[in-house]
Amino acid sequence: MPVLTEDRRDIITPPPVLPGHGGGGGSGDSRAFPVSKYQIALWIVLTTIVMLFAGLTSAYIVLRGVPAWQNIELPSMLWPNTVVLFLSSIAIEFSRRAVRKNHLQAMKTWLALSGILGLGFIGGQIAAWRQLVNAGVYLPSTLQSSFFYLLTGLHGLHLMGGIVALSFVFYRALSNRLTAFNHEPLKLCATYWHVMDALWIYLFLLLLLS
Amino acid sequence: MDDAHAAEHHHPQLGFWRKYVFSTDHKIIGIQYLITAMAMAIVGGLLSMLMRYQLAWPTSLSPIMAKIFPVAFSGGIMEPGFYISLVTMHGTIMVFFLFTAVLTGGFGNFLIPLQIGARDMAFPFLNALSYWVFLLSCIVIFSALFVTSGAPMGGWTAYAPLSAVPQAAPGQATGMTLWITAIALFTASGLMGGLNYVTTILTMRTRGMSMMRLPLTQWSLLITAILGLLAFPVLLAAGILLLFDRMGGTSFFLPAGIIMNQMPLAGHAGGHPLLWQHLFWFFGHPEVYIVILPAMGMASDILSTFCRKPIFSYRMMVYSMVAIAALSFVVWGHHMFVSGMSPFLGSVFTLTTLLIAVPSAIKTFNWLGTVWGARIRFTAAGLFALGFVSLFVSGGISGIFLGTSAADIQLQDTYFIVAHFHLVMAIAPLFAAFGGLYFWFPKMFGRFMNETLGKLHFWLSFTGVYAVFFPMHVLGIGGQMRRIYDPTQYMFLVPQQPVNVFISIAAFILGASQLIFLFNFFGSIFGGRRVTEYNPWHATTLEWSVPSPPGHGNFGVELPTVHRWAFDFAVPGEKEDFIPQTVPATVQAKH
Repeated sequence: MPVLTEDRRDIITPPPVLPGHGGGGGSGDSRAFPVSKYQIALWIVLTTIVMLFAGLTSAYIVLRGVPAWQNIELPSMLWPNTVVLFLSSIAIEFSRRAVRKNHLQAMKTWLALSGILGLGFIGGQIAAWRQLVNAGVYLPSTLQSSFFYLLTGLHGLHLMGGIVALSFVFYRALSNRLTAFNHEPLKLCATYWHVMDALWIYLFLLLLLS
Repeated sequence: MDDAHAAEHHHPQLGFWRKYVFSTDHKIIGIQYLITAMAMAIVGGLLSMLMRYQLAWPTSLSPIMAKIFPVAFSGGIMEPGFYISLVTMHGTIMVFFLFTAVLTGGFGNFLIPLQIGARDMAFPFLNALSYWVFLLSCIVIFSALFVTSGAPMGGWTAYAPLSAVPQAAPGQATGMTLWITAIALFTASGLMGGLNYVTTILTMRTRGMSMMRLPLTQWSLLITAILGLLAFPVLLAAGILLLFDRMGGTSFFLPAGIIMNQMPLAGHAGGHPLLWQHLFWFFGHPEVYIVILPAMGMASDILSTFCRKPIFSYRMMVYSMVAIAALSFVVWGHHMFVSGMSPFLGSVFTLTTLLIAVPSAIKTFNWLGTVWGARIRFTAAGLFALGFVSLFVSGGISGIFLGTSAADIQLQDTYFIVAHFHLVMAIAPLFAAFGGLYFWFPKMFGRFMNETLGKLHFWLSFTGVYAVFFPMHVLGIGGQMRRIYDPTQYMFLVPQQPVNVFISIAAFILGASQLIFLFNFFGSIFGGRRVTEYNPWHATTLEWSVPSPPGHGNFGVELPTVHRWAFDFAVPGEKEDFIPQTVPATVQAKH
């Protein structure tokens, strides 16, 4: 279905605007809303994700104050994982910049790299869980371990949603449907990916600085 | 838009199933929401009838009931656990599956594209998915009534630790798990809906429909959707923690040393039961505004139409709704005044709570300003909108008592609370929803509902709800506890028992009078008087500029252009006493 995206607005003349008349309040063409519906939908999704983790954060902060709170030793895998996810975020940004210059091959390469690094992060997180399990720290062991599994698990699930979206974008890229003028799916995916990256860094700091 | 045009002219004839069942048309989805929520209302209403039966005659033997409910009425008297399940299921069904669903899911879906001049929602498939997930959540919560261990017993607020321990009570095992599942599904459905409402209202308004020309219904739905998107994820977070406590052995809400049913609960330490209350009410208070705000918006539009006057102070109506929504996130502590919170924090929550009285009072005075001096057309829809204002004021005033921590500590968990929240967040929105149904029924089905039956329904309901809920204030001040199973167990409550009997009889009459509505609603779908004009109420908004019911794509080849706000009633110098939003201002100048 052809969609008038934000990118296309530069090259397609918008329909003529009828002058607004009087009335109860305001005038002008309301259809010239500056942001596409997909962008709004994405930011709404991101807002709900942020609120979900804000709720969990408040629970974390409240429970951190109870006497029974015991910090666990965070698995060392988290450090390389963080680097991998950060690199993945950089890769998708390079891909986005490449498509804007219509460097389609570079876009595909960076996109693929970003996906591979994302999968690497998920694998690394599972390895981190294994590290904890080998150390005898399970979900119900302490309050912090419960939070650790819960927060990393929920973040991982959301990131896997991002990988599904990224595969979809990659498929479109392979079938040459992303161009400098029409690459909104890649832009949306990159935004989601960056927020997931930022969310992980935030969660890592939250767990680290207890 | 080209796609929509193509669809308008060339869409293949859809079969019955695609057109009325698995539809992505917002109008069908809206009606599906309405009818499903109505079915849930019948279930929730019947549960409340059983509760009223028990409260009026707690100790009398009833062989008939024992025959109908052999387990719940074993020996002819209702089991206490069954009563608590009734309270829980009634509250849950009414708050989520009736009010939230009917106002945002039902009216929101039906009205948003029609009133802003769009052909459908921004994401029609997601919209349909939202309904089907909602239906699934209804089935899950309904099934909780029929599990062998019993329906959930934790109240609609599902306070921990009772909700976090399956062995706390029979209903807290499978029943509670079903409750959490249903609420999680409902949350998913609500988020899909909210995403659609916000995106559609922001990006798909037709030419000339600026934000300040939106009908108040649209403003209220937009603000409600934003509230839902911010509040529901927090409930989901709390639900996830609860599920882990129940099934994963974690201790988020479970401290050490809990004794349940005379058995110590091993393996948990460190958790905090009050944490649940904080998370729940951080969601819970915005939730009550998710229910009341669309009711306010719809009542405003209906009142203005039947008063034949512009709404009084449109902009203040919008700003006060924004203010109410913003304040709703900083008042949750007033549900927890007796939880042992610091008195200083209590006074902060008292202050923020009482601040809500300011925008609420602005709205009330604006409704009164709209009604003042008007030649009111007393249609069933108009009467219900007026009834909404009355009930909102009656329920709102007791909120000032309850929001004040010093008074609330006395009144907490009594029937005063029950009276307050029923009037302000259940019955008032119900009246607005009835008003909306009588008002938009011709647009939905192309037929009118019977006005005489509608007015009869209004007067029976209006006197009925006051007869049921007003005496509850007295019971509450007299000390009758909320969720009490048998008030006559306490000597000091025995003298009040005739009031309970009175309330129950009034409740049965009120419940029976809703049959008039059901008969009128379903009878009129097939046999009501046909609507012959687009705009039978002489209203101004865009949905009245198209056939009843509107065709696929809502508007003709061209989307309408909006030239004025939604409240041009009784404009001086005009022949008609209303000017639709589509009429250009230049025509006005010719007169």
